[in-house]
Amino acid sequence: MELLFFYLVALIAVISGFLVVKCQSPVNSAISLVMTFFCLAVFYVMLHAPFMAAIQILVYAGAIMVLILFVIMLLNLGAEANKRYAHSVAGGALAGVVVLLMVFYFLRQGEATGMKGPISTELIAQIGHTELIGRTMLTDFLLPFEIASILLLVAIVGAIVLAKKEV
Amino acid sequence: MPMLSLSNAPLLFLGIMLAKILAVFVVVILIVAYATWLERKVIGHMQARLGPMETGWHGLLQPIADGLKLFFKEDIIPSQASKVPFILAPMMILVPAFITVAVIPFGPDIVIGGYQVPMQIADLNVGILYILAMAGLGVYGIVLAGWSSNSKYSLLGGIRASAQMISYELAAGLAIVSVFMLAETLSLRGIVAAQMTPLWGVIDFLPNWYIFSQPLAFALFVVTGIAEINRTPFDLPEAESELVSGFCTEYSSMKYALFFMAEYANMVVLSAIATTLFLGGWHGPFPGAINILLKVFCFMFFFIWLRATFPRVRYDQLMHMGWKVFLPLALANIVVTAVVVLLQQ
Amino acid sequence: MLDTYLPILVLISIAVAFAIGSVVFSRLIGQKKPSAVKLAPYECGMPLIGSARERVSVKFYLVAVTFIVFDIEVAFLYPWAVVFKQLGWYGAGAMGFFIFVLVIGLIYEWKKGALEWE
Repeated sequence: MELLFFYLVALIAVISGFLVVKCQSPVNSAISLVMTFFCLAVFYVMLHAPFMAAIQILVYAGAIMVLILFVIMLLNLGAEANKRYAHSVAGGALAGVVVLLMVFYFLRQGEATGMKGPISTELIAQIGHTELIGRTMLTDFLLPFEIASILLLVAIVGAIVLAKKEV
Repeated sequence: MPMLSLSNAPLLFLGIMLAKILAVFVVVILIVAYATWLERKVIGHMQARLGPMETGWHGLLQPIADGLKLFFKEDIIPSQASKVPFILAPMMILVPAFITVAVIPFGPDIVIGGYQVPMQIADLNVGILYILAMAGLGVYGIVLAGWSSNSKYSLLGGIRASAQMISYELAAGLAIVSVFMLAETLSLRGIVAAQMTPLWGVIDFLPNWYIFSQPLAFALFVVTGIAEINRTPFDLPEAESELVSGFCTEYSSMKYALFFMAEYANMVVLSAIATTLFLGGWHGPFPGAINILLKVFCFMFFFIWLRATFPRVRYDQLMHMGWKVFLPLALANIVVTAVVVLLQQ
Repeated sequence: MLDTYLPILVLISIAVAFAIGSVVFSRLIGQKKPSAVKLAPYECGMPLIGSARERVSVKFYLVAVTFIVFDIEVAFLYPWAVVFKQLGWYGAGAMGFFIFVLVIGLIYEWKKGALEWE
């Protein structure tokens, strides 16, 4: 039952992912990408990671895709986006193969070889996913967490420098 | 007493689940339909008019007549519009508005067939994040409607609306953080339970509703919420004096009705969330779901009252308030709450 | 897990079916008398001038970038908020630094006039 549902969602994810590349209009591609993000969120829920699922929709579908839509409208990409370039197809194919190899590598590193992290499904059910993430983020991963704030600061400064001429 | 679940009584669980979903769905649609009637009636009386009087007793059948009329109207798709986003947009704004009610608890647990049944469609432990994530998806409907219509008014309305929605979504999201700091959970069921103790643990004739501990957060959440759902006085996306009807200028028939329903459904959801987070949810003197319905009704009346009272703000004032007043205030409220709570420990 | 998410799946299906159903139904029973003028975009009754898809102001792009940054901050605040009583002053200090850095970003934007709409 769960496996069947997984295959159904995976099929939708793959089809909408394909449509992102295939759609003529960039706005239609963006809608397909939102659908792909939604399917990824469903996968997170199936992996007992509800917090990640909510963040996937909140940040990726709700914030980053809105920015991408704004950029599509800002640049008014209509006819230009319809051109197909040979070198971009070659680059995309290469990147695809590299990502595929990486996925296989990490799959072989994963549970199939008997390696498991300290967080189990039972622990998540008992304490809660959000609580576990909050605790780990502020203790074990404190330094990356604080560096993330500086990264976000750089993003703000960069956006202003790019957007404002008189700076 | 065991909690009813899919494993201990599958058929009963599925039956009660469907009954709860249908009941909530029908109630939300009914509130949405009659909110339009209430709005016209209340504003009418506030302006010394009568409002709808002809269809049924005091115009009570007006929403049904309006719905039927819209069903039979011609469905116009402008020839220059981008078809796929144009048709998808009204659905993409209505569906998020309707599914956010899933995590709102609407009554105390009841006992059916020896099992405890929660009066809530689904108790997610990331409940409020689910609401924020789904509410955030509503912006697509507006931005796509504005862009795909290929009309100047629609595009301006859509872009304005989306910038306004994302700005205020942020302030609303920050305003409620202090509630989770007090309740230590994101589950709405847990938040309602945390508000049933005596106020601050000592005053036993008042409930511990978070409006008493967090009045600033409550005010910020209600105001930013009204701005996020584009209600007056923040209804710039559909400012009819300058933008005709904003992002839905080119829509007609049932597609227009979906935008209209989504606006009222968003009002219902906002009222229900504010009630659950700050006013004790279903907690109150009456049995069952009456308490939460009464509180939601009070909020709806308040929103209509606002529309009859306030003039529309200017766009620069709106963005100014969102980024320079509400966002810093919400952040300051979090810091002050953290310091006060830690000093008490 | 199925207990909590099955009802949401059913509710989403019902909401989607309702939205699609009402649009399709009204399309079927509504009248259809299209004409070239009726299908033209609304422009206050005047003949159409230029395309509607003009480029929009860069300000909206800045708002969207700032929104992403602070949305991520909100996403980090929620897990902290639910464990903040357990982590005490230590967690509050760590989060305080995080908020402080982002407030610097907000002040920078404010001073540079990126939040002004003239």
